[in-house]
Amino acid sequence: MIEVRHLTKQFGNHLAVDDISFTAQKGEILGFLGPNGAGKSTTMRMITGFFPPTRGTVIIGGSDILSQSLAARGKIGYLPENAPVYPDMTVGRYLNFCAEIRGFSGTAKTQRVDETLDRCFLAGVRNQMVNTLSKGYKQRVCFAQSILHDPEYLILDEPTDGLDPNQKHEVRLMIREMSATKAIIFSTHILDEVDSVCSRAIIIADGKVVADDTPDGLRRRSAFHGSVVLTVTGAATDGARKRIAELQGIASVSVVESDGDRTTLRIFPDDPAVSVADRVIASVSRDGVGIDEVFVEQGRLEDVFREITTGK
Amino acid sequence: MQNGNFLRNIWIIMKREFAGYFGSPVAYVFIVIFLLLTGFFTFYISNFFEAGQADLKGFFQWHPWLFMFLVPAVAMRLWAEERRLGTIELLLTLPVTVTDVVLGKFLAAWCFIGIALALTFPLVLTVVYLGNPDLGVIFCAYLGSFLMAGTFLSVGSMTSALTRSQVVSFILAVVACLFLILAGFAPVTAVLSGWAPMWLVDLVSSTSVLSHFASIARGVLDVRDLLYYLSVMIFMIFVNGVILQNRESA
Ligand SMILES: Nc1ncnc2c1ncn2[C@@H]1O[C@H](COP(=O)(O)OP(=O)(O)O)[C@@H](O)[C@H]1O
Ligand SMILES: [Mg+2]
Repeated sequence: MIEVRHLTKQFGNHLAVDDISFTAQKGEILGFLGPNGAGKSTTMRMITGFFPPTRGTVIIGGSDILSQSLAARGKIGYLPENAPVYPDMTVGRYLNFCAEIRGFSGTAKTQRVDETLDRCFLAGVRNQMVNTLSKGYKQRVCFAQSILHDPEYLILDEPTDGLDPNQKHEVRLMIREMSATKAIIFSTHILDEVDSVCSRAIIIADGKVVADDTPDGLRRRSAFHGSVVLTVTGAATDGARKRIAELQGIASVSVVESDGDRTTLRIFPDDPAVSVADRVIASVSRDGVGIDEVFVEQGRLEDVFREITTGK
Repeated sequence: MQNGNFLRNIWIIMKREFAGYFGSPVAYVFIVIFLLLTGFFTFYISNFFEAGQADLKGFFQWHPWLFMFLVPAVAMRLWAEERRLGTIELLLTLPVTVTDVVLGKFLAAWCFIGIALALTFPLVLTVVYLGNPDLGVIFCAYLGSFLMAGTFLSVGSMTSALTRSQVVSFILAVVACLFLILAGFAPVTAVLSGWAPMWLVDLVSSTSVLSHFASIARGVLDVRDLLYYLSVMIFMIFVNGVILQNRESA
């Protein structure tokens, strides 16, 4: 388990991270979200022991990152922002270095390096200098470095940043594959990623935790969550709209778009947890109005994210 | 256990540094420039052949001045480059101590300079061929030169940890090395002895690499000279570690 306790970081007068606490269990993939400058990287740098916190501490699997630093660091795999790698080395030699410094030697070392190269699809560039690799490959080398020692805890700072869609997909698959036995914290500002990868998401803004929930839970916070979006065709839509508004359990109806004889309505229920779609559809068909499209909105993470981080 | 790990970690870091040096042209360029410059000063300025003496005074006397520029050029990369690339973040989050890392990087750079120095061996062969030099003195002079290089390197490594700009690190190191030289440079001590009391002149010149180098280069291995070099190096490496440990920025 990773326990982040009252982590605070002050740069001069600027409070970059303000009393953040949370825990991440094994088997969990924790998405770390927030606008640029929110303090994601600073928090991760304190978790991995790169920066000393101004206040607070982090316990990595029982070892305090401040007082038992070496033991704690030994359990972590870390992919820093922008995936730095030494340019003047071959991929194989670099991973060999990482394996040695993590305490492997002899055949165990060779095996680790070979396995990791295969796992990250790097076997083909084993003898290539890092500075001749493309951005995607460099990212992969740095990722390889973070999982080489099969750490219990993985801290990944924007692991898919700058990758093409296929590479992003690959990285997400790898993260998901490894999650069963590890606690993984990864930061991102791509919200789709949260949906496809995370079991839980923490949103931070201005250095503070503003939300800590599952992706579905976050979506439920959307003002649009549970609303029915209905597109109808025909002339008599005005009357239909009024009758929907009078139905039981409906809070309000608004027109999203009206284009000739096609009208899109958004119907907000009194209680987002109680579906009103059936009632709405029944009412509309009673009126003899044609239904083009209907769905129940789950809420979009983007809206929730913007709402939470900017207050709008 | 701590001790075994300590040496092992230092060795692993040294190996990685070496792979980095020889994985880029920088190392070769440095060695060639070093050899060309020593050759130039020894043969053209000191008139090695015309001097008609079978010793290497004309070679070693230039070392403080050459090292003053060349060693900071090696040292400036040590930390500034790690910061610029961001690799420092990986290096310092490995399960190794700051001491392991600082010493590993320092020793690798020192060995590298040692290799460049060793490649001047044809000069030794030449004087052996030409006459009958005192090989003990030559060995001492090499040792002194190597220690002086280490001292400058420790200064440069420290200044490199201060900044992410290699240029700033280089300039700071050159100025510091210049001070270490000038404190014992004859023209400077002459000016100083004009008005300062003798003990002060001695004190100032005893902080200079030059005075310590001069006696070793003459073939006199004095414990005080060795202590001087080692204590400056240890102090600078210690400061280097403290700077890294208290760094607030990447
Ligand atoms: N080394 C530093 N020195 C001073 N301020 C910093 C430093 N690192 C980050 N900051 C500031 O702290 C805030 C959070 O930065 P960061 O953690 O990088 O945000 P994120 O990763 O969420 O984009 C920003 O305002 C940034 O300018
Ligand atoms: Mg960041």
